[in-house]
Amino acid sequence: MGRLTEAAAAGGGASAARSAGPPPAPLPLSSTSPGCAAAMASSEEDGTNGGASEASEEREAVGKRRRLGLLATIWLTFYNIAMTAGWLVLAIAMVRFYMEKGTHKGLYKSIQKTLKFFQTFALLEIVHCLIGIVPTSVLVAGVQVSSRIFMVWLVTHSIKPIQNEESVVLFLVAWTVTEITRYSFYTFSLLDHLPYFIKWARYNFFIILYPVGVAGELLTIYAALPYVKKTGMFSIRLPNKYNVSFDYYYFLLITMASYIPLFPQLYFHMLRQRRKVLHGEVIVEKDD
Amino acid sequence: APCQPLKVEILDAKTREKLCFLDKVEPQATIAEIKNLFTKTHPQWYPARQSLRLDPKGKSLKDEDVLQKLPVGTTATLYFRDLGAQISWVTVFLTEYAGPLFIYLLFYFRVPFIYGHKYDFTSSRHTVVHLACICHSFHYIKRLLETLFVHRFSHGTMPLRNIFKNCTYYWGFAAWMAYYINHPLYTPPTYGAQQVKLALAIFVICQLGNFSIHMALRDLRPAGSKTRKIPYPTKNPFTWLFLLVSCPNYTYEVGSWIGFAIMTQCLPVALFSLVGFTQMTIWAKGKHRSYLKEFRDYPPLRMPIIPFLL
Repeated sequence: MGRLTEAAAAGGGASAARSAGPPPAPLPLSSTSPGCAAAMASSEEDGTNGGASEASEEREAVGKRRRLGLLATIWLTFYNIAMTAGWLVLAIAMVRFYMEKGTHKGLYKSIQKTLKFFQTFALLEIVHCLIGIVPTSVLVAGVQVSSRIFMVWLVTHSIKPIQNEESVVLFLVAWTVTEITRYSFYTFSLLDHLPYFIKWARYNFFIILYPVGVAGELLTIYAALPYVKKTGMFSIRLPNKYNVSFDYYYFLLITMASYIPLFPQLYFHMLRQRRKVLHGEVIVEKDD
Repeated sequence: APCQPLKVEILDAKTREKLCFLDKVEPQATIAEIKNLFTKTHPQWYPARQSLRLDPKGKSLKDEDVLQKLPVGTTATLYFRDLGAQISWVTVFLTEYAGPLFIYLLFYFRVPFIYGHKYDFTSSRHTVVHLACICHSFHYIKRLLETLFVHRFSHGTMPLRNIFKNCTYYWGFAAWMAYYINHPLYTPPTYGAQQVKLALAIFVICQLGNFSIHMALRDLRPAGSKTRKIPYPTKNPFTWLFLLVSCPNYTYEVGSWIGFAIMTQCLPVALFSLVGFTQMTIWAKGKHRSYLKEFRDYPPLRMPIIPFLL
């Protein structure tokens, strides 16, 4: 699930979240303690109510932001500038290709190395969350980046016949514009000079880009299905000595289905963030 | 004067709306009694789903807290937060454990529509498959019995949504594991009977260990009370693990599942063990931290879940 969400401060710096208002709430999968969404076993004794722990996590995050070290700030600034530049290069390469060739066929092949490099580099954003220099939860950042990695490496890279589909260009354009906006937002925030139009862009572009990106991704996965079924790629059948089986075809179908509950949740979350940040609306969050 | 009745007003923690005003409340009244009084005017908010606190963003007051001992004036202002629909811990545990017990057996007996029709109600020719069924079933029967007769819960209830989350986890993984272990194309362990025997030994030892810890923890706490004490090793050698970890019940639980994974040589079991281990580590660390905070003299050698390491 390529996440175009700009709400998640993955890779963002301290003041990014400050100017964006309180750190965005983790993915609304489960509002019990952060990071608990994936592990679904019962909450045992001392399972404190989620609200208190989330509130205290926010307070802790604010404290951490104020104490963000010089080294962390320098690193994050460098990181965000580099990523802005990388996605800009990608954007320019895509435009030039289309201007020169007049077609999208072969576009993916021409930009794939740059795309893979910068999208994979974004794995660092999980580390940023782990070491606490970015206030986003590791789980949220993890899901965001993983879905991008999935799309790039497990779909477009591995299933060559679909590389020239129009849907690929669709999500590439959406991702590129989103990332340039997002990383430049973080960069300027870290430098404490955030032009309003960048903030505006970050909280408005997603309205169009997010559905466009999701459409591109879903159409691409859909186009890949016949090839996956025919070749049986990434699949293991029984019998085998680890007594497990995996069918990539069904995995892709389930992934596509998961967009149905997840996309609206994230989209409305971002709309709420937008209202808070741009219009200063006080939104009473749903209780745990 | 200690015997003068107090007034209590209850406000909504978010909207500050006045929800309830109690005129003559005894200073010795507990929060539990106040919750009962509040339910009378707002019957949809039964006591288990009430969180009352002195500060809208503060910690929940405990049921045992006495009104007089709290920092309130002659009129106590309490803030109310709705915890949402609640369900008892016992109910959740029974449901989430009964599921795997039943589901696994569906696969073991090869009930129709799971495997091809020619396999309906057939039996595996591998001994380890029968052994695995016994172990898995024993594990969950033990859990059910412990829920009914051994455990003493600090909290009566948990949020209702937890039962859906938890059952999905337990039932889902049970079905996934059971599918492969009882599959007609199941491959027995690479090192044969030796591997199975070793794994069985690990499993049995860890089950005994886990049970011993549950009994030891139960004996720490008298019936109906919610007291907390530092657990110490007893005469039972399985409890000596308390010397090294705060939550040996979790340690033994992980050990049991590792044993089961080796016994069945089934990757889904290994993944289940890993996820369980991750969750139990989080709980163990939390518990360990609570112990350290609550008890000054907490043994320093102890780690949360893995001796010396984690």
